[in-house]
Amino acid sequence: MPLFDYSLLLTGKYHDMLVAGLLLSLQLLAASLVLALPIALVVALLRLSPLAPLRWLGFAYVETIRNIPLLAHMLFWYFGAPELLPEGIKQWLYAGHIEAYSAIIALSLYTAAFMAEDIRSGIRAIPTVQFEAGRALGFGFLSTMRRVVLPQALRVTVPPLISQTLSLWKNTSIATVIGVAELMYQAGQVESATFRSFESFAFASAAYLTVSLAITGLATWYHHRFPVRTI
Amino acid sequence: MLEIINDYWVYFLIGQYPNGPLGGLVLTLLLASCGLVLALPLGIVLGLARVSPWRWLRWPVTGFVFVVRGLPLLMVIFWAYFFLPSVTGVKTDQFTTMLIALVVFDAAYLAEIVRAGIQGLPRGQMETARALGLDYGRAMRLVVLPQALRSMLPSLVNQFVSTIKETSLGYIIGLAEVSFIATQINTQVFTKPAQIYLILGLTYFILCFGLSRFAYWLERRLARRGMSMANSASAPKVSA
Repeated sequence: MPLFDYSLLLTGKYHDMLVAGLLLSLQLLAASLVLALPIALVVALLRLSPLAPLRWLGFAYVETIRNIPLLAHMLFWYFGAPELLPEGIKQWLYAGHIEAYSAIIALSLYTAAFMAEDIRSGIRAIPTVQFEAGRALGFGFLSTMRRVVLPQALRVTVPPLISQTLSLWKNTSIATVIGVAELMYQAGQVESATFRSFESFAFASAAYLTVSLAITGLATWYHHRFPVRTI
Repeated sequence: MLEIINDYWVYFLIGQYPNGPLGGLVLTLLLASCGLVLALPLGIVLGLARVSPWRWLRWPVTGFVFVVRGLPLLMVIFWAYFFLPSVTGVKTDQFTTMLIALVVFDAAYLAEIVRAGIQGLPRGQMETARALGLDYGRAMRLVVLPQALRSMLPSLVNQFVSTIKETSLGYIIGLAEVSFIATQINTQVFTKPAQIYLILGLTYFILCFGLSRFAYWLERRLARRGMSMANSASAPKVSA
């Protein structure tokens, strides 16, 4: 038996399983990112709202989500939450890919809490006079945000958002605990089918690392292309 | 919900302890504390290597830090789980495996905190120490590190919060920490998964929220005590 069997990874059934896992991981990343960004924006605006109850709501969301491990979120959304739903919807859910949906819900809510804080600090980095000037020109709170503050703030916010995307990419691996057939799960399957643990984990590690480094590269590129402007 | 707490709280806290291995919340805390305490010296050494003037030291360590930070913790745990026995020839138990994975993973993150702490200090500190005749090692040990470590304190508490959250991944290799125990309770009760996982979430929340408020308080206190020069030391916030 060769020490490191490349052929296992390059062709055949096990290659297909690992590649399918990688694609599913990327899909989880994309779906969660698309859902997390708008939630994060809303939560960030809640946290900066002039109304105290809305601010508290935003604070409660961010702190509750961030102080509970993602694993516990996954377990709750997979095992716990569907039980609370009415019977009809439950049947329909269990017929589909409930584990993937639970994972996407857990991942997007979790990532949104971290991203909301990044967006909030981006908005706070914009001098208050910008906001005041907007209001003085007769814009309301939301229009001032949308037309004056946010366009400037998002430029500062993109680098931390990219690093949250990196965390999200690594966090997709946790979906394996509720049986989503993503990269980590498939690597485990291939390992137990072939006993070639070195090969299957090397494939998974290389895949995770490649995407991670690509995301880091994107951050570096952005930093050069759009340097922080001092106002 | 109260009924579940009433029936299972001992099991939830310490697992089967007097009659079996230690588990539950106590194991989670033990693992997180041991992990951070062991990772700290390693993290300082790696952090020093990251800012060292010698390329042969800086480059391999930078590579190591990039690789570990680019991988999910679960991957590190799998490598530890399957490779420690084959390398050392000794079958390691789940606790040791998880501890080693946590130490390696946290050390890479702590290295970045240490690096940010050192680089956040004004350059003049190192230059003055060198000008006074101290060599690089002594200038680092006597002048730069003590100040850098002080400004790192809040980040260290935050890292402890992250480590507590990370221990939950011991679940996947069957370590009897609190998430695993919650799942076992769930299979015994069978009908109330939502309540059980809410209790689990609440437990983590109380613990981690308390600690992160403590970090916040510490940051305020250190800032007030004339740490103005260390304010530029913005250690990166890390997430699990």
